[in-house]
Amino acid sequence: MKERGVMRSNSLLGLSFLLMVAALYLVFVYVPTEKEMGIVQRIFYLMVPMGWLALLSFLIVFIGSILYLRKRESRWDILAHSSAEVGIVFTTLALITGAIWAKPIWGVWWTWEPRLTATLVLWLIYLAYLMVRSFATEESRGARFAAVVGIIGFIDIPIVALATTLWRGMHPGAVIFEGGLAPSMLLTLLVSIAAFTALYFCLLGRRIGLREVEAEIKKLSQD
Amino acid sequence: MKKFLGKVLTILWKDILSELRTRDIVVSVLVFALLVIVIFNFAFEPERVGLVAAGILWVALTFAGVLGLSRSFVLEKDKDCLEGLMLCPVDREVIYFGKMLGSLTFILVVAVIVLPIFFILFNLPIFRPELVLIVVLATIGFASVGTLFSALAVNTKAREIMLPILFFPIVAPVIIAAVKATGLVFAGESWSSLSSWLQIMAAFDIIFLVVSSLVFEFIVEE
Repeated sequence: MKERGVMRSNSLLGLSFLLMVAALYLVFVYVPTEKEMGIVQRIFYLMVPMGWLALLSFLIVFIGSILYLRKRESRWDILAHSSAEVGIVFTTLALITGAIWAKPIWGVWWTWEPRLTATLVLWLIYLAYLMVRSFATEESRGARFAAVVGIIGFIDIPIVALATTLWRGMHPGAVIFEGGLAPSMLLTLLVSIAAFTALYFCLLGRRIGLREVEAEIKKLSQD
Repeated sequence: MKKFLGKVLTILWKDILSELRTRDIVVSVLVFALLVIVIFNFAFEPERVGLVAAGILWVALTFAGVLGLSRSFVLEKDKDCLEGLMLCPVDREVIYFGKMLGSLTFILVVAVIVLPIFFILFNLPIFRPELVLIVVLATIGFASVGTLFSALAVNTKAREIMLPILFFPIVAPVIIAAVKATGLVFAGESWSSLSSWLQIMAAFDIIFLVVSSLVFEFIVEE
């Protein structure tokens, strides 16, 4: 079983590598430069996948948390914990790419624009999720507490998004949902999203594998 | 249903009774809220304070709220009362709602005292009924997730810091809505311009009262 896991993980790594190369070609060579924002707009193809993965990984934390509380099998906790760790990396990158985008467009590194603000709140919730574990008195309790935070945090996201949108106003990114994106741009975006999603699952698999090995070593050292 | 309510009110009454005897929560939280307001007065120019009045009020109430919520379970934990409470032959939801109503009452009492003082200190237009609804909705939001996280934080190694770290990001939408709505009230806007903010707070309250009462049992189980 271990062998198969390694093979699957390697083929995912290969897939994400190929998609990543394709995405690089599409982003830097194929897709035309956007008229109004110029060359900076190309970071859009990096920022949207990061934002998407921030949400996807939290969705997986949410599902893992519910299943853990229901079934009490440690593999669901391992899934949620690993997804949160990979997720906070992507959320951090979403914030950084957002800041790099904001500088030339709005002239400031940070603006309290709704989606950026909501991402920051999401990042803080992730941080709380990971901190609850490290401050728990025992491991099983930490897993339970973290699962509760994972559930509450995920349910909170749509409300945060709604409140920050009403608070500030619209975002240029909203055009994708209105079909205002040229086909070549949409293709580039989708390939980039696919590439990073494959990378996410690859990292998630590795992290879970590492945790399982850690648990095994712990068990062996106790025997 | 009637039985459920009766049990909830019994736990609420226990909290109110112990508060009436010790005055542990309301007094300390009230003093803290007033200090926050006074310190904000130093942080901003007194002449321009009208622009940020809504923000000051809500920072004071949020910080005071988190303090009160944390006391609510620290007191239970310190004398091992929490175990007694868990031994009660009632559902975990009953305990959640009882404790939640207790914290809600204490924060509302603090708000009722803080608001008039705040108006006098900052020379603001006299009180309007819209404010009552905003304060009640926001406080229910605070108490709903706050009670859950307070029970959680008290069982961790760093209880004083864990509650704010969990609490503030989650209640961010309530804080945004409360500050915006209060600002509109201070600016003399009508009910209809407040409605979307009130709706966000009401939605938050309902969602998190339900979800928190459902997951509360996983926090308190041994």
